[in-house]
Amino acid sequence: MDAAKLDSIIDGYNGDETAILAILQDIQAEFNYLPKEAMKRVAEKLNVPFSRVSALATFFAAFALNPRGKHIVTVCMGTACHVRGAPRVLEEIERDLKIKSGENTPDMAFTIETVNCVGACALGPLVIVNGNYHGNLTTSEVTGMIDQYRGQ
Amino acid sequence: MTKVSSVAALEQLIKEKSVNRTADKKYISVCGGTGCLAGGGNAVIDALSKELTNQNMDIEVVRTGCHGFCERGPLVVIHPEGTFYNRVKPADVPDILEKTIKNGEVIKKLLYRDENKVEYEKEKDVPFYKHQMRVVFENNGHIDPEKIEDYFARGGYKALAKVLGGISPDDVVDLVLKSGLRGRGGGGFPTGVKWKSCRKATGGPKYVLCNADEGDPGAFMDRSIMEGNPHSVIEGMLIGAYAIGSTEGYIYIRNEYPLAVHRVKVALEQAREYGLLGENILGTGFSFDIKINRGGGAFICGESTALMMSIEGKVGRPRPKYIHTVESGLWDKPTNLNNVETWANVPHIIEKGVEWYTSIGTGDVSNDPWGGSKGTKIFSLVGKVNNTGLVEVPMGITLRDIIYKIGGGIKNAKKGRTFKAIQTGGPSGGCIPEKFLDEPVDFDGLTKLGSMMGSGGMIVMDDMTCMVEVARYFVDFLKDESCGKCTPCREGLRQMSDILNRITKGEGRDNDIDTLYELGRVMEDSALCALGQTAAYPVLSTVKYFREEYEQHIKDGYCAGKQCTSLIRYTIDPEKCTGCSICAKKCPTKAISGELKKTYTIDQDTCVRCGVCFDVCNFNAVIIPSGSEIREKLGE
Repeated sequence: MDAAKLDSIIDGYNGDETAILAILQDIQAEFNYLPKEAMKRVAEKLNVPFSRVSALATFFAAFALNPRGKHIVTVCMGTACHVRGAPRVLEEIERDLKIKSGENTPDMAFTIETVNCVGACALGPLVIVNGNYHGNLTTSEVTGMIDQYRGQ
Repeated sequence: MTKVSSVAALEQLIKEKSVNRTADKKYISVCGGTGCLAGGGNAVIDALSKELTNQNMDIEVVRTGCHGFCERGPLVVIHPEGTFYNRVKPADVPDILEKTIKNGEVIKKLLYRDENKVEYEKEKDVPFYKHQMRVVFENNGHIDPEKIEDYFARGGYKALAKVLGGISPDDVVDLVLKSGLRGRGGGGFPTGVKWKSCRKATGGPKYVLCNADEGDPGAFMDRSIMEGNPHSVIEGMLIGAYAIGSTEGYIYIRNEYPLAVHRVKVALEQAREYGLLGENILGTGFSFDIKINRGGGAFICGESTALMMSIEGKVGRPRPKYIHTVESGLWDKPTNLNNVETWANVPHIIEKGVEWYTSIGTGDVSNDPWGGSKGTKIFSLVGKVNNTGLVEVPMGITLRDIIYKIGGGIKNAKKGRTFKAIQTGGPSGGCIPEKFLDEPVDFDGLTKLGSMMGSGGMIVMDDMTCMVEVARYFVDFLKDESCGKCTPCREGLRQMSDILNRITKGEGRDNDIDTLYELGRVMEDSALCALGQTAAYPVLSTVKYFREEYEQHIKDGYCAGKQCTSLIRYTIDPEKCTGCSICAKKCPTKAISGELKKTYTIDQDTCVRCGVCFDVCNFNAVIIPSGSEIREKLGE
């Protein structure tokens, strides 16, 4: 973990303790997850108890407390995607990558996550990989979609 | 650019810029909303810009916000004719320039064709748009959301000039009150009443907040407004702040909407550069500025008090509301919170007047702000319908018009799919059956049907949707999103979830429906916030309208929607199977075997019931028995 980078993120908010959520978001964007050491550093620098930082990090679904794979496969489980078959698409991705949602592949190439809705409901079922949107997916297209990222 | 120093200077600026968007101006607008960008919209924009430069053609390409018809993206509209091209690819660009722009010729293959293969040339004639009434969305197809000058060109900030040019704060509150505008975020509380209470509240500073934590799965109109016309929200907030007497505002946006965050950020910077935000706006002595807060993926943070806790840097849990937030909200100061769409309505009310606004919609609000539903409402029409996307309609339109005229009817109707229900109002809303499709859609009408307006999600469900499974989905969603502070919500949802999961696995018990009902009533009466109070609606409304589906699951292990995997099997009808082998090729677990041109069979032990075979079969040969049919057909 790059300690100087971490400090510069925290310092960017001028010690504003109401900005903890934004700081944690920036840290996750930089390090791909929230390392415990980073959370401790946030508490120390903002002079708030660690429990407060940890309460926020565990309350909000967007935070990952463990390292994640290189490619993050986010499956939208919103209602529109759900009725158009998102659960089957998720199962197919789980079968293809041989891991469950929330897990990493052993080589740390992929992580599967789910999200409640990304607001691209007309394209459901929808999967986002590294920020790229794959809409109107069918179960039979899953492997081809994942293959685009394999070995990258 | 220099700051605009007076109301007159702003009016002059709007006038000058308006020449860029006159009715006869030629420009090409390309949808730059999330849906179209996902479908390759950026590549189309790049190709257009490049080709125009190569050919030395002086025509503006406007990367606009969302046009709403996401299903058909990327969308390109050629103005002033309004020629509408859908599913455009970069390879189509040279043709568009050569034929349409230079010679005025229409390219047939890029035109939209409806489900009956009827072709439409102009955007305004496409049924999806024709039956809409676009007020809040009107400018989405014309302006580049990252250019404030485009907003000026369409008359943007005129309402602000009007207000600061001589309407007193009390009169502004009065106008909004008389317009009958009600909160678009779900509650339907009269906006003017809220503003009035906040204006009257003692103490300060006062805060003006915008709820852009659009957490309802299946709804994305707020996203599109922020991505397509962020200045309309900022202008609304400015007018609100002036009326209420506030100097500080916050927009709380979900972090799942990165493009919306970016565009609002750009818009705020541009408004500041022109002096429309900051100190002494237009030299009138009125000061106001807005900060952005990003949410962290918690549904509950869309609840007003939870949202305020989150802005304060705390865990977003609601508090009881016997103390109103208009008196004691953010940092215990008077706070006025409205939703994105509500704010975006405000400039239109000021600009076009109360009389115009109240002429749209239902009821009479002249003496009672609760007396009706005025103006338009944006719905996200999604699910099993042909034309999915965002639709803005006048309050009072029927559900049938939305689904059939605008939505083009049920998807795969030719394969035998039929309408079963429409779910409105987000996870806490209800499922409305066919018999109520001719009821008018407004705040009070939907509540009467046991559902609600909510933020405007409309999810169409066909006969292959299991209503028990739908209820289970919403309850599990809310169980995960319950903040856990109050017992009725935390424990009630857990019990409901256990029962519904059992039923969908064929392990339902005789008194389950009664228990669900009882749990729902207790939660409605005793939960702390709206999440818990309304959490049982999906269950109560499906029990009310689709009770037989619950009973079939419990008594016969039968799932009418053929979705509960424990209760169904996939099998092949030897009469219809042509032996084409496509199902065997697509099956992910190799459970299907057979010989080409002979009947294929599915091995039930290897089958994971993913449904691929059903989806790919062109001969309707894959059938899905459930309950006693499994015993009859498979002898299990």
